[in-house]
Amino acid sequence: MKCCGGNNSVLKVQFKDDDIDLTALDATLEKYKSTKGSLITILQKAQEIYGYLPLSVLNYVAQNTGVKPAKVYGVATFYTQFRLEPVGENLIMLCQGTACHVNGAKGIEEAITEELNIKDGQTTEDNLFTLNNVACLGCCSLSPVMMINGETYGHLTPKKTVEILRNLKKNDLDTKEA
Amino acid sequence: MKIIVGYGSCGIAAGANKVFDALELGIEEQKLKADLQIAGCNGMCYLEPIVDVIDNDGNKQTYVKVTPERINEILNDVKDTDLKITEEELLERSNQFRIVTEKCGTINPEDINEYIEIGGYKAIEKCIAEMTQEEVIEEMKISGLRGRGGAGFPTWFKWNAALQSKATPKYMVCNADEGDPGAFMDRSVLEGDPHNLIEGMMIGAYAIGAEEGIVYVRAEYPLAIIRLQNAIEQARQKGLLGKNLFNSNFSFDLRIKAGAGAFVCGEETALIASLEGERGMPRLKPPFPAQKGYWDQPTNINNVETFANIPWIILNGGNKYSELGTEKSKGSKVFALTGKVKNGGLVEVPMGMPIKDIIFGLGGGILEDKEFKAVQMGGPSGGCIPSDLIETTVDYESLAKTGAIMGSGGMVVMDETTCMVDMARFFLDFTRNESCGKCIHCRIGTKRMLEILTRITEGDGKDGDIELLEDLAVQIKDGSLCGLGQTAPNPVLSTIRYFREEYERHIYDKKCPSKQCASLLTYEITDNCIGCGVCKRKCPVEAISGEKKTIHILDQATCIKCGKCYDACKFDAITVD
Repeated sequence: MKCCGGNNSVLKVQFKDDDIDLTALDATLEKYKSTKGSLITILQKAQEIYGYLPLSVLNYVAQNTGVKPAKVYGVATFYTQFRLEPVGENLIMLCQGTACHVNGAKGIEEAITEELNIKDGQTTEDNLFTLNNVACLGCCSLSPVMMINGETYGHLTPKKTVEILRNLKKNDLDTKEA
Repeated sequence: MKIIVGYGSCGIAAGANKVFDALELGIEEQKLKADLQIAGCNGMCYLEPIVDVIDNDGNKQTYVKVTPERINEILNDVKDTDLKITEEELLERSNQFRIVTEKCGTINPEDINEYIEIGGYKAIEKCIAEMTQEEVIEEMKISGLRGRGGAGFPTWFKWNAALQSKATPKYMVCNADEGDPGAFMDRSVLEGDPHNLIEGMMIGAYAIGAEEGIVYVRAEYPLAIIRLQNAIEQARQKGLLGKNLFNSNFSFDLRIKAGAGAFVCGEETALIASLEGERGMPRLKPPFPAQKGYWDQPTNINNVETFANIPWIILNGGNKYSELGTEKSKGSKVFALTGKVKNGGLVEVPMGMPIKDIIFGLGGGILEDKEFKAVQMGGPSGGCIPSDLIETTVDYESLAKTGAIMGSGGMVVMDETTCMVDMARFFLDFTRNESCGKCIHCRIGTKRMLEILTRITEGDGKDGDIELLEDLAVQIKDGSLCGLGQTAPNPVLSTIRYFREEYERHIYDKKCPSKQCASLLTYEITDNCIGCGVCKRKCPVEAISGEKKTIHILDQATCIKCGKCYDACKFDAITVD
């Protein structure tokens, strides 16, 4: 079976899940495993802990809740919030809502792609940035908008975007040197 | 003295958090006696960050577009600062009829006492003390309230169906999975007036006989979740949620379930599947949720804005509510005014107001005074209303006639620089992404439509493409189980209906009249060129050649139409067509 990631060995390569401390999830599992219908909540907590959902964690959730692994994988891949791959230190959530689109989100995406050499869903080689397109951040009056680490940047222009990214890079370098 | 900072997600994004911190520091440094507080968004997002100062006599002065550097002008009450906005101007700008957003931006959403002080939780108390379940539903019927989430189904009818279902327990669910990209009124209520929602849900729960409520909130709204959670806990502490409320035998409690990002979960049965921890995929109706919903029990689902109307209706009467609006669309509606409009934000207006009055009145007109082209309403399920229909009134029936829908109230304004084919492609890209995949027509049909639209915008459109799109649209509408598929072709159909010529220009002339579709543009250097060489340096593919101080030449075969030369030229020497 080669569809939908049925080939396990391929998946292992795809998911970088070495050295995952599965016990970190035990408290969450203990709290929710007897409440039916908690799968999404458990996966959300797991993502909070690990930053993404490694395959081993999905398996561990399946083992401990009695939900079939296929279903856990099915739910994890259905919702856009869940990531099966780790993200960089700075997660750029670029709004692709209607208002942002009308006000030039495409140009902002091009600027990010050009500056960081990554496309939607990818992470830079230095693991500093991940770019994620999102549906709508609900700050339409400030469009185009992006959110980086919980901070929203509005009224973007390609130039302003590049400046923000370079500042983040510089701050990161400064903290590392310090 | 009381200082209130507008502290919704939009305000924070505009810098309200930095203004708040600066004010806090300033008050401390200057040893002022001031009570610094927060409030939600008052809808005037374009003026944010907004600060209200209420002096000891109760006089209010509003400051707009405040920056942390200029807080001293507020703290020292500088007379002639341009941050000030007069009460009259404020009234004029917010000339609206507020029911849903009445308290957003005026009360502190993190303090239940402020809500109680202005009559909060009086409506549920009235229901329990004076009204039977049937009477509450009758009041909803008189009010004429219809669901604000999109379909506009009468609220009383749903409640009545749930009341008639005898099985217990019953569930009251709030759909706060505001998925339409371009609408944010639900977020504003959750962040600015969460108790209003809680009270609305309590009244609904009382009417149908539910003891448990669930609010399904988008995960993209972290602040809304925090504020609502806080509000629920405060209500519990005050004994407003829990067992035997107001010394009656009515019990009700509420919990939050964070969604995980799926547009299709706005559909009732998909939302229920998601609540149960499954993939959010819709199922066939009947049975309706009122008979078999969450864990197969009777369940009623309304959206945030619908619930937020309910306490007002109980306190002021259904008759009073039905005085507002048109014959079939009663009350007020909140619209999220965005796109190419000057005053972007939330406006709440009586149903039946002409679109023109919203965009050019409250909205202040088009950005940079460009020409108004169309307004998109109803998001991915809706359509465009062109400029010659701008007198259309906002009510369910009139909007439906134009091919658009009320939807959740997103109003994205477009000007002459917006390409309608690109817009249709944008929405199809969205629905194709969000299709759950259950129905073949929706899953594959939207993909095919997207492919056709993409090729039209890239200059590979063919004769017959428009007809093919129309044919596919009908099939997708007929062959899809839920609202997502049934309405997915709407943005395409509506743009073809009003802007067919624009499609034809793309297909036959390979031109984009709005100059948005990059592949269809031609850049040329005119005689205005002074040979400064900037464009030559900016060109990433070396398509521009020429010596200094001579007119440069652009090689069309090499040009990748990125527009960098056009943006860089300071002498208007490059044209785009």
